[in-house]
This record gives sequence, structure tokens and C-alpha cells, in this order.
Amino acid sequence: MKRTIIANCGGFWGDDPTAPRRQVEGGPIDYLVMDYLAEVTMALLQKQRARKADAGYPADFLTHLRDVLPACVQRGIRIITNAGGVNPLGCRAAVEALARELGLSDRVKVAIVAGDDLYSNLDDLLASGEPLTNMDTGQALSEIRHRVLSANAYLGAAGIVKALERGANVIITGRVADAAVTLAPMMFEFGWSPADWDRVAAGVVAGHIIECGAQCTGGNFTDWWLVKSYKRMGFPIVEAEEDGSFVVTKHPNTGGLVSVHTVAEQIVYEIGPPAYMTPDVVARFDSIHLEQEGPDRVRVTGARGEAAPEKLKVSISYHAGWRAFGRLAVTGPEALAKANKVAEAFWDAAGGRGLYEQAMHQFIGWNGCHAPLATCEPGEVLVQFAVRDEDERKINSRFAPHIVPRVLGTVPGITYIADQGRPRASEVVAFWPALVSRAAVRQRLVVGDEELVL
Amino acid sequence: MRLCLARSGDKGDTANIGVIARSEAIYAWMLEHLTPAFVKRYFDEVCEGEVERFELPNLLAVNFLLYRSLGGGGTLSLLLDAQGKTYAQYLLAAEVEVPESLVHAQNRVADQQEQPHV
Repeated sequence: MKRTIIANCGGFWGDDPTAPRRQVEGGPIDYLVMDYLAEVTMALLQKQRARKADAGYPADFLTHLRDVLPACVQRGIRIITNAGGVNPLGCRAAVEALARELGLSDRVKVAIVAGDDLYSNLDDLLASGEPLTNMDTGQALSEIRHRVLSANAYLGAAGIVKALERGANVIITGRVADAAVTLAPMMFEFGWSPADWDRVAAGVVAGHIIECGAQCTGGNFTDWWLVKSYKRMGFPIVEAEEDGSFVVTKHPNTGGLVSVHTVAEQIVYEIGPPAYMTPDVVARFDSIHLEQEGPDRVRVTGARGEAAPEKLKVSISYHAGWRAFGRLAVTGPEALAKANKVAEAFWDAAGGRGLYEQAMHQFIGWNGCHAPLATCEPGEVLVQFAVRDEDERKINSRFAPHIVPRVLGTVPGITYIADQGRPRASEVVAFWPALVSRAAVRQRLVVGDEELVL
Repeated sequence: MRLCLARSGDKGDTANIGVIARSEAIYAWMLEHLTPAFVKRYFDEVCEGEVERFELPNLLAVNFLLYRSLGGGGTLSLLLDAQGKTYAQYLLAAEVEVPESLVHAQNRVADQQEQPHV
């Protein structure tokens, strides 16, 4: 049976920088898929582009690409990534320059999949009757229209499949569904029809399992004592077959673990109902069967799919004020009682909690992440103060200067954090999930001089 | 933890906790006892909204959605764990009463290992 091997080398922009090279050199693969776009990234990239016309994509991608491009070209490994950010054409120019520098120009064919970026025609969309209502709250976009920082539709696999058909070996997209970069090579290699819902769903399941990098290969795993080593963590590899079944594995001699449980945990990570919506299909996560096929090999079969949803998801980011954090360590006997006393004094100095739209403190080491599990008091806690407000100046002038003075003017056994200094307000970028008609989004593919609208 | 595995994460202000039973018998117990009401009570301090549960019998798993549980979610949140990544471990630390057979017969894998926390 025909088979293709797809390797993921990171779950987010900022993941292990050695992963791309290790995935390429650790064993045979056909595709390397790379993810750079968290939700907050798009807002950041729009700002970079506003300052500099050829910016707007994650520059780290070029560092990673420099590492692996010669080996990928030589061995026929194709690279698929959403590193186009909000400027895929700019990213393409940089990749082509890199290919020239490495003497690989004639062997690198770059394709761009774009059309996801709705930022510049948002008003046209609203005027044409796309309300872009907040899916969670039901609010109208007009409430935050003037604060919008970015707007991107989640595209499916179609554009990437077309790019592969045209022989591209570096495919750069803007916002696409995370699973699309894995699904697309499967559709291309096996000639799956976009309406073959079960197979398309299998590709989405594969993509979902590997899209968070090492989280399916033993990272963040409940039974952590079963993972022999986290050193040189193995990143996930999918060995896909024509019938839609696939094996999740990792390269030999890497850290981590691939078991039915490590994969199952990742399947239920950040999902809602078992009917998992993507632009390409609704994948039924309650249909998948997992089986340990060998050490660090899990076979996934039985995926079922239903027709793709009518609309596309849009992620809009917008400016939502400012926030700041300040921290103080309180230690010694009665640490909690003392920390409470410090908090009281701090809020009094900072004008009271009511001065800010939102204000709180937490005792890290006691209740920082969730209610306490400990049955006896901690020997030390880190008090974290936090505020959020529309007014940046208020945070910087009323909140920030009052953290460190508490070290001299409150309880004994208190110290501030060596590398912290005075806190500064940083911008809050919030998200607005919405839906848009497929007809309102024009997916474009650019390969060489050719441009196609899909 | 002797009964289940779990992983948690976020979608905006909603936290999700996927819980996987270590055996079919535990799954059956879980369906009956690990209810949205139980989870809502257990996360009382952080969960301001409803709790919804979905079943994935093929994975012996249930998925909980805890609405309005992340202080606004994403960068709006002032919580240390704004993405709910630690909620799974917290849920697994819950003490529950179960028939002895569930723990003994079904958790051999975990018990055979050198498990530092019991």
C-alpha cells in the first residue's frame, strides 16, 4: 500500500529550535510541517508589517529553514508551513533570497497560499452583510471595530493540495487550520476527493494529533514516570496510508514515549464536542480506534467524517487595554498570613482594587493555578499582583511603583524578584471568534508567475 | 490518578479537561459519577459558568468544557494559568470513593511502575 511520512517539528512559534533539523536528519520523512501562528501572533505581525512593508511573517522560520533546506532539497522532502503570517509574499521573497544564497535557486519552488487575511477589507465584509458576530458572546463587531488589530479566516487544505500538484517544494500559507498542513499531503499523495469525508477526517485526526509537537510523544503526559527521558524529545511522525489509517511514531533514539495513552490524551486536548469542526470536514473524534502496534508506534484507524461546515471560522484580534504584573516573595513562618498582610498594604498604596477594571492577587506556591492541594502551609509563596485597565498611564503610575516598596515597609521574610524591576503595562490583545461565508473568502495560490483563485 | 489520565487546555475563556479511564470498568464508573455537577463543584473557585460533558467511548474518555473559567481567557486573563493547562492535574488529585476492584484490577500499569506519588 502507498505510504507517506509526515513529520511535525513544533507546536507553536517558539518551540524547540533543534526540532526541524532533528526531524530531517533522524530518519526518512517525505514532508516537514511547521507551525508558527498562535492567535496572538497575527496581531503582532500586523503591527510589524505596518511599520515595515516587507515584514509581517515570523523571521525565525528563515533561521529554521536555513538549517534544513539543503537536506530537504537533496532528499526530496517538501516543507509546508503557515510561516507566511500576514505577508506570505514577503516571506516568499525572503525564502527565494535564502535559496539563492545557498545555491539552491533552481531546485526550490516556492508556493504561496493566501486569501485568509481579511484585515484590509473588513469594512467591505461588514457592508456586504457579514456581521462577524462574536460566536461566544453574540456581540456585534461594531463594538470593537475601531480596535481591530488583525482578522484572518481559517483556510482548509485545498490551496496546499493545488500547490503540491504544481510541484512546489516549499509551501507557505497564512492562516490555515492547524490540521490542514498534515491533511493536505495525504490528500495529494493518495488522491483523496475533498468529499471523501472519512478519509479527510483521518487526515484531520492525524493533523490534530501532531499539531502540538511533543505533546503526543510523551510531553504533558499524566503517567510521566513512564517516560524514560525528556532529553532530545522526539517530535511526532505520521506514517499515513492510502486507506486513511496511519501510525503515530517518533524517530529512534529520541526522548519521549508514543503510547495509546499519550496519543489519546492529545486527541482530547483543546476540543469541544466530539464532532470536531474544521474547514475541510467535521471529524468524529468518537470514531477513532487506537492500537499499540509496537514500541513507540500507535496505529490509528476508523476515523469517520461528516460534510464540512458551511461557514469558515475567522479569528479577529483587537486591542483590549493594558495589563501589568508585579511579584514579591514572602517566606518563613506564617508565610500565608504575612502574604495576606502585604497584599492588603499593597492595594491600599495602589489606590484600591476598585481603581482598575480588573485587579487580583494570587499566592503562587499555594493557589496560583488552582485551589490548594497541600494540607499544610507552604514555607514560601510568591505573591503575584495583577491589574488590567484601559488606561496605560494609570497602571504605570498608580500600580507599578508600589510593588517594590513593600519589601522595606511590610513584613519580615519578604524579597522582590531579582530580575523583575518595576513592572510596565503591556498591551492586551483579545480574540473575537466569528464565522464568515465561504464565498466571502477568496483563496489564492501563487506559484512562480502563476496566480490562481480557488 | 489511579483511575484516570487527563489533559487540559483552553478555547478562549473556556477550559477543556479530557479525562481517560484506565479500564472499561472505570469508564462505566466515570459515566455515572464523574458528572458535570461534580466537576462544577470541584472547580467552584475558578468556574463561573456551566460545565458540559461529552462522551468518547472509543477512547474510554469524557471531555468536560468549563465555561467562563479562565478569567477572561488568553491575554485578557490575569490568572497565572490563563490557559487552564494545570486543571487536569488538579482534577486527577480529587479524592473519590470507588469499589476496591477498580483500583486493584485495573491500574496494574501504573502500580507496577515506581510511582512517586500515590
